Amino acid sequence: MQTDYKNRERRRRAAWIAFLILPPLAMMLTFVVWPLLSALSSAFYRWDGMARGDFIGLKNFADVLVGDHFAALTWRAFRHNLFVFFALFVVQNSVGFLLAWFIYREPFGFRFHRVAIFMPVILSTVLVGFLWKLFLDPNFGLINQFLDMAGLGHLRQPWLGQETTALPALVLANAWHWVGFPALVYLAGMQRIPREILEAAKLDGCNGWQMLTRVVWPLVTPSTTITLTLLFIGAFNWFELPYIMAGLDGSPYGSTDVLGLYFYRTAFGNQSAGLQDFGHGNALAVLMFLFIAVVATVITQYLRRREIAL
Amino acid sequence: MTSHAATNDPLFPRSSAGSLIAAALLIGNTVLMLYPIVIMVFSAFKTTAEIFDAPFSLPDFTYVENFARIWGETSLPGYFVNSVVITGTSILLTLILGTMGAYGLARYSFPGNSAIFMFFLAGLMLPLKLAVIPLFLQMRDFGLLDTRLGLILIYTAMGLPSTIFIMTGFLRTLPVELEEAARIDGASEPRIMFSIMLPLSIPPMVIAAIQNAVPTWNDFFFPLVFIQTDARKTLPQGLSVFMGEYTTNWGMLFAGLTIAALPLTLVYILMSRQFIRGMTAGAVK
Repeated sequence: MQTDYKNRERRRRAAWIAFLILPPLAMMLTFVVWPLLSALSSAFYRWDGMARGDFIGLKNFADVLVGDHFAALTWRAFRHNLFVFFALFVVQNSVGFLLAWFIYREPFGFRFHRVAIFMPVILSTVLVGFLWKLFLDPNFGLINQFLDMAGLGHLRQPWLGQETTALPALVLANAWHWVGFPALVYLAGMQRIPREILEAAKLDGCNGWQMLTRVVWPLVTPSTTITLTLLFIGAFNWFELPYIMAGLDGSPYGSTDVLGLYFYRTAFGNQSAGLQDFGHGNALAVLMFLFIAVVATVITQYLRRREIAL
Repeated sequence: MTSHAATNDPLFPRSSAGSLIAAALLIGNTVLMLYPIVIMVFSAFKTTAEIFDAPFSLPDFTYVENFARIWGETSLPGYFVNSVVITGTSILLTLILGTMGAYGLARYSFPGNSAIFMFFLAGLMLPLKLAVIPLFLQMRDFGLLDTRLGLILIYTAMGLPSTIFIMTGFLRTLPVELEEAARIDGASEPRIMFSIMLPLSIPPMVIAAIQNAVPTWNDFFFPLVFIQTDARKTLPQGLSVFMGEYTTNWGMLFAGLTIAALPLTLVYILMSRQFIRGMTAGAVK
């Protein structure tokens, strides 16, 4: 009788745990894991529009990396993503680090600045993209109007309309949108530094700049690990902002074309060439995924080793 | 939030040159952050001609024609309702399923527990956008292409890793004595979960909800791929349609952007602390 009761209890407990775990597990397997795995497998097949054809091994991968029609565009987009990553590292993450330090010093009004800097982060990329597209308009945009008012009318530019300024303008809009994120992650990192360390540094004669670069910067390496990794993933998945501000073809003349746009065009086609090509699209997606995963892992591992336990 | 909030911190006295420079640069930055948003709202109350002639001027806020036209003749109100339904339902489902999973993982030991937890954690880093082609074919086979339900299911699944991460971390910190006392009193496992543990778990649920609600509300990519019918479009997607229709009417454009920005901005102003915690959860220890 006693063991019967115990067995029944054990079965009930197992059923209860299964009831809790299985539904979320099933959701993840169906809508995340399975699509990712089939992206991998279907990249090895020829695709005729949306219909899968023969197994062709690595041909799709070879096409997008070195093939005549694809390679030039793939590598141009890749270079643009690299530029975006490094430019954002300077104007978004590094500026965010400095702003975090200013807030950390708690000057007058720091609480308000903390809320203000994060405000654009909650807005949608579509909204931010259109807003800056209007501001950057060559004729009536706020930026050029401001230059006129400041007597700098000769600096007026068609910012989004010429190859030299289009991608940098997109980078700046992105930095405006996101700078609050690294700033507040760094701020949280700085607040974990024991006060005694900064007090000791000051007693040893550190000025503010030395304290920032030689004491604080090494001690917030965990924040650098996370912000740099997320920036890298974001820069190589970049899609919505260039799509809104520069269009699916990365205008003007492909000067803002990045891998996200190129992948989307290849997979689903665009207005000028409405052809769907799931084989090459999947190959691009798999290569992007592997590249992002490998580099993000390397960045994380490298910086983790430099983290100092507090 | 802060460790050294004394009004005059000996380490960084407010009257020191460094603090004054920091204050000045922060003011400059805050102007840069807020001014574009202010101009957007100002311009929404102007005619297009006024925007072109005097872009920086303060309107008198009596000209509301732009908003009236958006309400009366565009599809933006419908897009808005779709976004509310899709975001609301998927966040609710994510919270229910995520809390169930997290509760099972955090409060019971069983074979495979840590493997399943790692499996969910791995989902935090996977960019699902890159799997959009197979997802497209899957939605087509399920008959979910061009439906709101399809988006809801995708967002629910995408929200699970972070919800499980946040909720498991919290539920593990609740003391065992709580449930043991109830168990001795004869409470069943579901009863312990619903009457004792979950009422204590509201704050992390808010954090998890915010972390997923903001990107879901703002998402453009999945609606772009999956939704074609105008009546089913979400706000960011609908905004891009609207911006294309009224390209030369800048008053309407700024009014549309203002309406799209309004809900989240208002909630953010009321709950900025929770928003900041929610959106940096996982990136901040």
